[in-house]
Amino acid sequence: MSLFFGVIKRELLIAYRNPADLLNPLIFFVIVISLFPLGISPTEKVLSQIAPGVIWVAALLSTLLSMDILFRSDYDDGSLEQMTLSREPFLFLILGKIVSHWLVTGLPLALLSPLLALMLFMNEAGAWALFFSLLLGTPILSLLGAIGAGLTVGLRKGGLLIAVLILPLFVPVLIIATAMVQAGMQSVDYTGHMLWLGAILAASIGFAPIAASMGVRISLSH
Amino acid sequence: MWNWFHRLSAPKSFFELSGKLLPWFGILAVLALVVGAVWGLAFAPPDYQQGNSARIMYVHVPASILAQSSYMMMASAALVFLVWRIKLADIALQCAAPIGASITLLALLTGAIWGKPTWGTWWVWDARLTSTLILFFLFVGVIALRSAMDNRDSAGRATAVLALVGVVNLPIIKYSVDWWFTLHQSASFSLTEKPTMPAEMWLPLLIMVIGFYLFFFVAWMLRIRTEILHREIRTQWVRERLLSQ
Repeated sequence: MSLFFGVIKRELLIAYRNPADLLNPLIFFVIVISLFPLGISPTEKVLSQIAPGVIWVAALLSTLLSMDILFRSDYDDGSLEQMTLSREPFLFLILGKIVSHWLVTGLPLALLSPLLALMLFMNEAGAWALFFSLLLGTPILSLLGAIGAGLTVGLRKGGLLIAVLILPLFVPVLIIATAMVQAGMQSVDYTGHMLWLGAILAASIGFAPIAASMGVRISLSH
Repeated sequence: MWNWFHRLSAPKSFFELSGKLLPWFGILAVLALVVGAVWGLAFAPPDYQQGNSARIMYVHVPASILAQSSYMMMASAALVFLVWRIKLADIALQCAAPIGASITLLALLTGAIWGKPTWGTWWVWDARLTSTLILFFLFVGVIALRSAMDNRDSAGRATAVLALVGVVNLPIIKYSVDWWFTLHQSASFSLTEKPTMPAEMWLPLLIMVIGFYLFFFVAWMLRIRTEILHREIRTQWVRERLLSQ
């Protein structure tokens, strides 16, 4: 357990010292969203209708972009290999890395979401639903993304490949989360959606670190 | 039993056994596909609402059923490879992916062609179409990962992990998509219920389904055999075999 928190502390410290890694996905998220009013229509009616999908797709893409930094630098300087030699279970180490990745990428997205909801003319109830959906949904994205990152960390041109591997896996989260935000905007009860997201999150916490650590070990073995 | 299994999993004995079985499977596959196609396309009664356009179901339904189970077969090979490290399972996994992807694409294409006269559009964002499309993406991911890795051993294990991750996700994707929107008719076949269509229609359909499965096994075996020869090119038995022919 001390290892788990140790890893989180280390990762957060690294992120704090390289703020660009932390900020770039966020800036990307905001820029992508601000392109939609320019490209489709700036009217309130259209924007509030597409807002849940636009914000969530942007969240998927920015998580995807940030996925590469999860293991890359540790792989390049060899520390990832040292970590597999540790006496502690490698699984906790991976889980720690994933949690800290979420803390520096997913959580800021959720915190930023009320601002974006305002930009896209969502009502207040919708903005709350968006916030909760991102809070529950982005950890799933980090967990599933870690599988793709682990499998491709040994490859030089892994960036696009991660997208091909894990975007199909993001589909359920996207569907449920956008339905939840739409329900919120129409002031319909969305407890069911939250339970669904919570169930997927619980299952991902159980399975994704196992697959991700297998992926990392495979990537290290060649 | 285990002894037999171990012997079969050696590439050489699989090569010999599949060489003996292949002609039979081939003949049965051709027979089932020809009988099913001729019966379904020429003799079975047309649908009372859709007329002759419904005849594409004799290709579409078998392709859709096979598309999903070919992913399952691929994932079973992946599990066997990860647990027991049987080389043959890795070969089977690698060889199933392109066939499964093409079958899935066939299901999508025939679905689109069928959709035009019945629903009026080539494509609708309906639950089943969408989950088949995502199944296709999963196949593409497996093929892409395999081709991106140079080292054969780690490529095999990586694709096996990915295939298993996909199989865990497949039901979640399917249910979420189903729940999201559904327009498609429910499954025409189920093992537990009596079919709702007349026997003259479901019998040729069943024969086509069997034919598609047999075709899949034949294509799979052919690819596996080629890959075995490719990988074992340096061994004695392959050389003797190639020289004797």
